[in-house]
Amino acid sequence: METMTGARALMVAMEKEGVKEVFGLPGGANLPMYDEFARCDIRHILVRHEQSAAHMADGFGRVSRKPGVCFATSGPGATNILTGIATAQADSSPMIAVTGQVPVAMIGKDAFQESDIIGMANPVVKYAFQPRTPDEIPSVVRKGFYIAETGRPGPVLIDIPKDVQQKEASMVFPDEFKIRGYHPWTDPDIVHVERAIDLLLSAERPIILAGGGTIISSAFAELQSIAELLMIPVVTTFKGKGAFPENHPLSLGPIGMHGHAEANKMMTEADCVLAIGTRFSDRSVGTFEAFEKRLKIIHMDVDPAEIGKNQTTSVAVVGDVRASLRIMVKMLLQKAVKRTEENTWIKHVKETKEYWKENLKLHPGEMGAAKILRKLREVLPHESIVTTEVGQHQMWASLFYDVIQPGTFFSSTGLGTMGWGFPAAIGAKVAKPDVPVVDIAGDGSFSMTENSLATAVLEDIPVIVFLLNNFTLGMVAQWQRTFYDRRMIGVDQGKCPDYVKLAESYGAQGIRAQSMDELDKAIKTALKSDVATVIDIPIDPEEDVLPFVAPGTSLADMILPS
Amino acid sequence: MWAILTLLVENKPGILFKVTHLFRSRNFNIDSIAVGVTENPEYSRMTITTYGDEKQIEQIVKQLDKMIDTIEVKHLDEHKTVYRELSIFKIKLSNANDSMEVNKLANAYGGKIHDVKKDSIMVELTATPDQIRAFEELAKPFGILEVARTGVAALQRSGV
Repeated sequence: METMTGARALMVAMEKEGVKEVFGLPGGANLPMYDEFARCDIRHILVRHEQSAAHMADGFGRVSRKPGVCFATSGPGATNILTGIATAQADSSPMIAVTGQVPVAMIGKDAFQESDIIGMANPVVKYAFQPRTPDEIPSVVRKGFYIAETGRPGPVLIDIPKDVQQKEASMVFPDEFKIRGYHPWTDPDIVHVERAIDLLLSAERPIILAGGGTIISSAFAELQSIAELLMIPVVTTFKGKGAFPENHPLSLGPIGMHGHAEANKMMTEADCVLAIGTRFSDRSVGTFEAFEKRLKIIHMDVDPAEIGKNQTTSVAVVGDVRASLRIMVKMLLQKAVKRTEENTWIKHVKETKEYWKENLKLHPGEMGAAKILRKLREVLPHESIVTTEVGQHQMWASLFYDVIQPGTFFSSTGLGTMGWGFPAAIGAKVAKPDVPVVDIAGDGSFSMTENSLATAVLEDIPVIVFLLNNFTLGMVAQWQRTFYDRRMIGVDQGKCPDYVKLAESYGAQGIRAQSMDELDKAIKTALKSDVATVIDIPIDPEEDVLPFVAPGTSLADMILPS
Repeated sequence: MWAILTLLVENKPGILFKVTHLFRSRNFNIDSIAVGVTENPEYSRMTITTYGDEKQIEQIVKQLDKMIDTIEVKHLDEHKTVYRELSIFKIKLSNANDSMEVNKLANAYGGKIHDVKKDSIMVELTATPDQIRAFEELAKPFGILEVARTGVAALQRSGV
């Protein structure tokens, strides 16, 4: 037992959790915590807006699979990180957000920079703590990290009143603790796995749908084994993109609103789906009812509340999906099930894939989105990590940037937060400094958090912003062209700013690429650079993302390029 | 269908807020809610009644169960459960006979009489929501001035 302040206890407890970096911004109510950075080995990475701190922690968490930590002060500091917390919650990303709060005696008095962040954050956190005495802090941190990273991961908020940070107490740092109402893991029921296998084997046109949970639990090898043993084609959700190597003969890519044509097509023809770690979001499945009737669903998920939430399932396997898939692989090997002959279904799948490879019409210009993203793929090493912003470029990335090494592609897929990709790339680079990290960006989304260039430059975090610049809020413009008779309202960004000059003004590198040659050189220069680089790639503002499944319609009704 | 849910939760500030917020954000409705501390002061018991089809009720139970502050969540079978609600009715008295008539009615439902005044009378009734509704229908002709209801409290019968 040791006597120390609450702020000191917070830092000691975080060091015990293995925290090496914190992303944040100081203010009045978290100054005692900030003062402790002078006395510990944790690196502080300063942001220019708290939302970016949360996105950085999120990017760090998704790549390292350990909670990323962000700090903000009370009031506006806390409300600024809310968007980042909600983003992490929507995508099940482990995160610890630590906010300062006004002193206990001031809570509820509408004090300066007071906000009821516990109340506001409630629906978008996995859990929230507000320690009222300093001696609670060690166990709060221990439990917070445990909750954030176990089961279905998510963000945990720790809101600490200023006087609780300042006061001293004798601290006990517990190794063991009990949370009575929290049981993050369920052992997969073997009987259910067996039933799932029977269903898969009896299906004529089976398909695997790998969701984000496959990536969170790193079930890459298990997924590949099952696909290969049973010769089943694999589609993914957008969040599951890259759970399965996209150059694999059985890979069809993501389904959904902007899914691959062959993936959407095969999804609508399948008679049985093995759905792994997915919540069947509307963006992924469109109106599912159309073919739900003849489609048998096997649903594996760590979160029992996801079973039956959006879809009725034939067989449900609750538990960590990697554990469930392992059991499945083992059973298949015991049964000595291995398909080597291509049946009519798999032949049909391969023909369909081949057809769309040849026949999907692409933008005719030299600087069409497909050509640009295929160039990026060609030059980038396979282990590179890619994040995206939100918008047209994000969906082009989904369509044309193939993920070869599983678990190297991350995007704000659930909340769809513009401004996410760049700070998340910074967080990813902090987690894995030795691999190239690229934010595939659009100008609208990048401009929301572009001031993170200051963080990238000053903190020496050389990420690459790959900016498909159409000077437009492109996805909204596409909807206005498609559904609002070309009435373009509020989408023109003007040629403002000049992103090369913007990058240079922060001390970063700015390169404009207007031809494939220039683009090739720019990517290679950026990869060698030891400062952050913005590659500004002007593109046609009229280019649409196609195929396109209109909201509220079925995957079978894709709008295709004419 | 009407469903009675019973929740054993941590007896800490803010839990009622979280439970009710979950109903709001998931687009479910609370019909009634009753909260009180249990035999163990570390826990509270919440009894919530709600409406929904089977799938919705199952989803509510799962979402409540997922909450870290809930220790146990059960959808009770009303045939295997003792459930009661306390209600207080203030009923208008218009003529000399009314007092006796209300008294009779209250007796028939096992109610208790309080606060007898010249113009009004209070009836305390502890019963199932159906019985309370039935009583309310019969009391209506007298004129119901005010009603207060606690919501259902419920416990599962032993050995079922």
